[in-house]
Amino acid sequence: MNVKYLRDYAHCRAGDKGNTSNIAVIVYRYDNYEMIKEILTPQSVKKFFKDRIKGKVERYELPQINALNFVCHDALNGGVTRSLSIDKHGKTFGSGLLMFPIEKNN
Amino acid sequence: MKTLRIACGAGFADDRIQYGIDLVNYGEIDYIVFECLAERTIAEAQMAKVKNPELGYNKWLKYRIDPILKKAKEKKIKIITNMGAANPLGATKKIIEIARNQGISNLKIATVTGDDVLEKVRKLDPIILENGKKVSELGFEKTVSANAYLGSSPIVQALSNGADIVITGRVADPSLFLSPIIYEYNIAPDNWNLLGKGTCAGHLMECGTYVTGSYFADPGVKDVKGLDSVSPPICEFEKNGDFVLTKLPNSGGEISTRTCSEQILYEVHDPTKYITPDVIADFSRVKFDQIEKDKVKVTGASGNHKTNTLKVAIGYNDSTVITGQVSYAGFGCVDRAKLTAEVALKRLKRFNMPITEEKIDIIGYNSVFEENFYPNYVIPNEVRLRVAVRTNTNDENTIAFILNEIRAVVGHNGSASYGGSEWDVKKIIAIKSTLIPRDMIEHRIHFMEV
Repeated sequence: MNVKYLRDYAHCRAGDKGNTSNIAVIVYRYDNYEMIKEILTPQSVKKFFKDRIKGKVERYELPQINALNFVCHDALNGGVTRSLSIDKHGKTFGSGLLMFPIEKNN
Repeated sequence: MKTLRIACGAGFADDRIQYGIDLVNYGEIDYIVFECLAERTIAEAQMAKVKNPELGYNKWLKYRIDPILKKAKEKKIKIITNMGAANPLGATKKIIEIARNQGISNLKIATVTGDDVLEKVRKLDPIILENGKKVSELGFEKTVSANAYLGSSPIVQALSNGADIVITGRVADPSLFLSPIIYEYNIAPDNWNLLGKGTCAGHLMECGTYVTGSYFADPGVKDVKGLDSVSPPICEFEKNGDFVLTKLPNSGGEISTRTCSEQILYEVHDPTKYITPDVIADFSRVKFDQIEKDKVKVTGASGNHKTNTLKVAIGYNDSTVITGQVSYAGFGCVDRAKLTAEVALKRLKRFNMPITEEKIDIIGYNSVFEENFYPNYVIPNEVRLRVAVRTNTNDENTIAFILNEIRAVVGHNGSASYGGSEWDVKKIIAIKSTLIPRDMIEHRIHFMEV
């Protein structure tokens, strides 16, 4: 079976504010927007990143630009200014989420 | 008037010097904005200023300003920048020196101060947003800086008084770009929708090349042509609030609906509530239209009444972080990295070192995400171990002992076949934020002429 990942359907950009990371997901084609929206939920995104996201995840929808914005709280190991992580900004969250496996129902 | 053209000359503290030169020469712009402050930059600049009262402004200031000052004056391009950091008046002094050296005259420079509110924060003792505790519980003696995010009003006032250059410390990034829009189109301070649209333009521009191909290119999936000759964005802003984002002709990179779609949400939480000192902007209905190659028309932003408080970033002495790194390769490289890390941590524990936090990263294996996070994961050819420990002690002997132990284990006393060890010790200035009532903050504008 040919396994698909989010990278086949969307592109991402992660940003930081304090100890919160936001991951913008932009679906390439609107045809796939609803399908991705169904799969990428606050719960599934939090579960995917396991211990990296310690707080809650919220999702905002911008259908006119095929975008979903995931706001992940307590996700940056204390935040840019004091984190011991190599990627203090959590910019790699973007490419991380692109590895989310996508299984189409139809 | 003709359409207002504003360029972004720098999108972070250490951005390329060449951008400003190219934009002034070939951009046909009215304004150039250099955005050079990250969250922690002012706290670090404050420490530099304590050591030398002449310093505390952006270290690239003279390199950025020197090659453009004469041309900008000739072409009537106004310069707006937060390169003043912790010492805006020091930055202005440097620019005056550059102007005199080049024989430039009739130059009016406005310096904005008043963002430094450390004394006020110590007096008010407000609640820290991140943990709900008072600043005094953090320890006043630990605080090194507190800077309010000012809005557009001091810059607009400076421009109204004929300033050619405006130097600031902490001003909200989008407000740097919004200011010339307010001034040129005489936008009322309660025209929330237009302020929201101008803030949207500022938000898309403030990171420089993030909207033209940097932090975007992904070979095979999102190919970007000419990333080595990428240009920062230029905004053409209309009186009705519509605007077009473009870039220098013949430059690399791209301005497209896909680059704009990523940047509009960068560092944004609720897109209906993007709070700046000027307005609560609403990006939730923003639309992008590719009107021609490298020209994107942006519509649909709006805004609501601004808040009664301003955000303040407080810098404080937090801790000391000691790191050591070393590489391993070939069979068993991950296990050898793990053994060295284990030895380091065991010994720090055995000697009761006051370590409050530790992080072991095996770069190439588990440093960004945990091991086996990647699908189709393969064992790496080589890895680099990074051991990082935090201590809250100020005792120099203890810090020296920890550093010595880390240095010894990554450089001599660890596992087999190690290469390229490095070590480092860093005093950490961290940032917390608070809100203080807007009316408690008074800005000042200092005008100087050369």
